[in-house]
Amino acid sequence: MRDLSAARRPPLVSASTALHALPPATRYVLRGGADVRAAAGSALGLAIPATACRATVGADRAALWLGPDEWLLIAPHAPPPAFGAALAAALEGLAHSLVDVSHRQSALVVSGPQAATLLAAGCPLDLDASAFPVGMCTRTMLAKAEVVLWRTEPQVFRVEVWRSFVAYVAQFLGEAARGII
Amino acid sequence: MLLIDCPYCGERPEPEFVYGGQAHIARPPQPAQATAQQWADYLYRRDNTRGVHAERWRHTHGCGRFFNALRDTTTDHFLATYRLGEPVPTAAATVRR
Repeated sequence: MRDLSAARRPPLVSASTALHALPPATRYVLRGGADVRAAAGSALGLAIPATACRATVGADRAALWLGPDEWLLIAPHAPPPAFGAALAAALEGLAHSLVDVSHRQSALVVSGPQAATLLAAGCPLDLDASAFPVGMCTRTMLAKAEVVLWRTEPQVFRVEVWRSFVAYVAQFLGEAARGII
Repeated sequence: MLLIDCPYCGERPEPEFVYGGQAHIARPPQPAQATAQQWADYLYRRDNTRGVHAERWRHTHGCGRFFNALRDTTTDHFLATYRLGEPVPTAAATVRR
């Protein structure tokens, strides 16, 4: 896939609160029970979270809890099957689903002191650090688009958006920024 | 905003949820022997409760899971939410907020 991130970058919101696209990544959605979680965790070298709405981060990859038996695995871009083949081998014989969704979605980063305020323009969740701490991730709504929202640092949110919604979400956040910044 | 207590994710805003109809409707145990009336009851007949109603909800834009809820249809107050397969909470257990 052609790297579109350079063309997208940067619809700058302001000098302090910025919105930019991340380069392509390898993504898998893994579904299965506790046995699948344990086997995939040891194959990836990363503890896959059992706690609701939490992400675990390894050296170059991350596992995000989406549901009680559903996780989003993100790693730097690599040609298919990337780590999928090793993972599928480790899960052989276990009831599971492993789907490559690398090209289904794209990632935006909202960063800066007003990042939470900006996202709150379209997201009904409480994004205060006490209710949505660093390491929390969840599927939710951002305006009319479904996104996976992940607070990676106190003032940095990663927004995983289905690619056909990226332009809409970026434009929405840009317009929202004009009202608050 | 109305908050719904997802049994998996905790309190979340109502736009993330989708209503799934009345809960605890059992499929006829022997489908081949079920009469037309039993099928009609199973497929179509629903309570039209004024008051506490057990119903299914799905956290579509969250964990994606179905769960059951007790909701007062006159006040839109959620008395309790519980996972599929769990028994209906008793009156004492429903006072949560």
